[in-house]
Amino acid sequence: MEEEVRLMKGNEAIAHAAIRYGVDGYFGYPITPQSEILETLEELMPWETTGMVVLQAESEIAAINMVYGGAATGKACMTSSSSPGVSLKQEGISYIAAGELPALIINCMRGGPGLGTIQPSQADYFQATKGGGHGDYHLIVLAPASVQEMADFVGLGFDLAFKYRNPVMMLADGIVGQMMEKVVLPPQRPRRTDEEIALQCPWAVTGKPDTRKPNIQTTLELDPVAMERNNIRLQATYSLISENEVRYDEYATDDCEYLIVAFGSVARICQKAIEEAREEGIKVGLLRPITLWPFPTKEICRLGKQVKKILVVELNAGQMIEDVRLSLDYKIPVRHFGRMGGIVMDPDEVLVALKNLINE
Amino acid sequence: MNKEEIIQKGTVVECKPRLLNDNTMHYCPGCSHGVVHKLVAEIIEEMGAEHIAIGIAPVGCAVMAYNYVDIDWIEAAHGRAPAIATAVKRLNPSRLVFSYQGDGDLAAIGTAETIHAANRGENIAIIFINNGIYGMTGGQMAPTTLEGMVTSTTPYGRRVELNGYPLRITELLAQLDGTCYVTRQSVHTAPAVRKAKKAIRKAFENSIKGLGTSIVEIVSTCSSGWKMSPEKANDWMAEHMFEKYPLGDLKDTVK
Amino acid sequence: MKEEIIIAGFGGQGVLSMGKILAYAGLMDGLEVTWMPAYGPEQRGGTANVTVILSDQPISSPVLNSYDTAVILNQQSLDKFESKVKPGGTLIYDPYSIHHAPTRTDIKIYPVDAMETVFELSSSKSYNMVLLGALLKIRPLVPVDAVMKGLKKTLPERHHHLLPINKEAILKGMELPKI
Repeated sequence: MEEEVRLMKGNEAIAHAAIRYGVDGYFGYPITPQSEILETLEELMPWETTGMVVLQAESEIAAINMVYGGAATGKACMTSSSSPGVSLKQEGISYIAAGELPALIINCMRGGPGLGTIQPSQADYFQATKGGGHGDYHLIVLAPASVQEMADFVGLGFDLAFKYRNPVMMLADGIVGQMMEKVVLPPQRPRRTDEEIALQCPWAVTGKPDTRKPNIQTTLELDPVAMERNNIRLQATYSLISENEVRYDEYATDDCEYLIVAFGSVARICQKAIEEAREEGIKVGLLRPITLWPFPTKEICRLGKQVKKILVVELNAGQMIEDVRLSLDYKIPVRHFGRMGGIVMDPDEVLVALKNLINE
Repeated sequence: MNKEEIIQKGTVVECKPRLLNDNTMHYCPGCSHGVVHKLVAEIIEEMGAEHIAIGIAPVGCAVMAYNYVDIDWIEAAHGRAPAIATAVKRLNPSRLVFSYQGDGDLAAIGTAETIHAANRGENIAIIFINNGIYGMTGGQMAPTTLEGMVTSTTPYGRRVELNGYPLRITELLAQLDGTCYVTRQSVHTAPAVRKAKKAIRKAFENSIKGLGTSIVEIVSTCSSGWKMSPEKANDWMAEHMFEKYPLGDLKDTVK
Repeated sequence: MKEEIIIAGFGGQGVLSMGKILAYAGLMDGLEVTWMPAYGPEQRGGTANVTVILSDQPISSPVLNSYDTAVILNQQSLDKFESKVKPGGTLIYDPYSIHHAPTRTDIKIYPVDAMETVFELSSSKSYNMVLLGALLKIRPLVPVDAVMKGLKKTLPERHHHLLPINKEAILKGMELPKI
């Protein structure tokens, strides 16, 4: 089959990819800069073709609980929002994690705190990687840096979510959401049938056949001994994910003496800064964590032994830098460069920050 | 004569529904939940619908409803049962989907989810236990608490100037175009139980047939929260609750 | 080949769609492309700009601090972007809405009377296509055929009858620059 190359926004790519993956349900609520996901789905009317359910909910809270309900029946369900809306979803996300349910949540981040701005930001890193909602849980967090990855991570996200029975968050930002690039969409897959779901998800709440006991989807466990056991089981899953699913990308690290660590669209801004720095003879490379949780700790540690100094560049006041520092088992200077509140740094600013670090 | 010899075919006029299991209920003596649970089990059994029934349990006293009725259940976050039921039914249209909620869950924290699910005409049944109090957390004021009623957060009685008026949310839901059947029942006498059973069965059938949202409010007692004997609680309910929450159908488009 | 372009003007002037058609044309011509809008709450009336990058290599940053080419449609945008054109780069502007002409001497500057031209055309909505024609005359980044293919992709089918009008505007625009 000929590859279908299209030009579209990251948000639109997510909508197309969701239909093609065979997602069963999307539940959303409008918020800038990600409303194109819901708009594109409504325009494409997948209920006429694949049978996918698309619903504009009354709130982000309702939307995430619709995802919880749909996921409990074994269906592939997703929601998307932007920072303030994702804060509202945190209760539901905690329930989905506690319930060991597969789901995909997209946060197209904007500048906060509070209502903030509609411009791009990465200030929800802590919220996404360190919990967000209550209790000891982790999301698998994927950070796309291109429109292609916005499309690809829908499929990857659901594959991981079902493999580990754990919610996955795609932590995007206003840049990758709003920009247009070439994208190759995945081929159309059929949605799973009820029979396939019953087979693949024996835990799913589907209506009780005579052949099994009732399936109960609950996160309540009043007996602390049993609740600790539940926590131990969750932690075992997280260990397995940490072992197997770390993803990252490296650029110009072979001979680098300095390292920039950045994720998402900021990694691409840094890549341009590195192109310029290399022209000036500065040996600098880039490590881009693709999974923010699990974090590429070993890789940072390995490169930390090779380089003299590390610059962490983020659209926030310094969040991922904590994980970078925790990854290093001996001390080298690690500095942060960031812009906040919706301001996006340009490649020159990164270059200046890098030079300042080198001359420090 | 032993128990088995007494209870045999031909002599039994009433028995526990098969779907109501032997787990010891955590409900207080005299609580309406036990009766309504039995009705739910009985109706699903009589309809032969256990293989398509999905219940959504609330946060509140009925949080562990799934421990007693042997069907598939999802336990919701507080107030979100109608949102969960929405997705379950839309993704599994052939199923009988119902939520089972209390007054705090449905009419306070979950008001938005309740109203919007009903307004979309989701093909679900909502069983709404209204006892005018938060039972699970120890007897605090509910949105449906009567004026002057003493609770642990209105120790001198509910004052409208401070707490607003008792919320007749069922009347409100009856106004919405998405609801097909809205009724208010009780389970304090045998005839009332029979009527309530008919109402719940109708609501369940509406869900399967996809006719819209059905609401069955059950005006209930909370003898512990009300600090009364079960018998006294029934009398008090009939005397005070029915005045504010009169029994009967509020809307029926499926006659 | 790599061309980093900024197109800037008022919302409603067709800035974003001009960039989109250019990006689509690049795609049709087998290039790597990015289209990055400065998005805001305004649908109309506020300032709008879009960064388009066309390259035969994978593109790193969609966010830039300087540009090979700037297409400027109003004074505010000229004030903002004139200094950001790379030395030796190109600045195209429509004098119709410019009070203070650009002053730099280390870049190539082309005034293009697009607004005046639009009045002579059958559709006043093809303003941005006139400018696109002018841009392609000065910087032949993609062939007109690819632009037409791009237009066909971006226009919904119900508007395909407008394709000839747009082509006319592009060709008219190509006559404007005095090279």
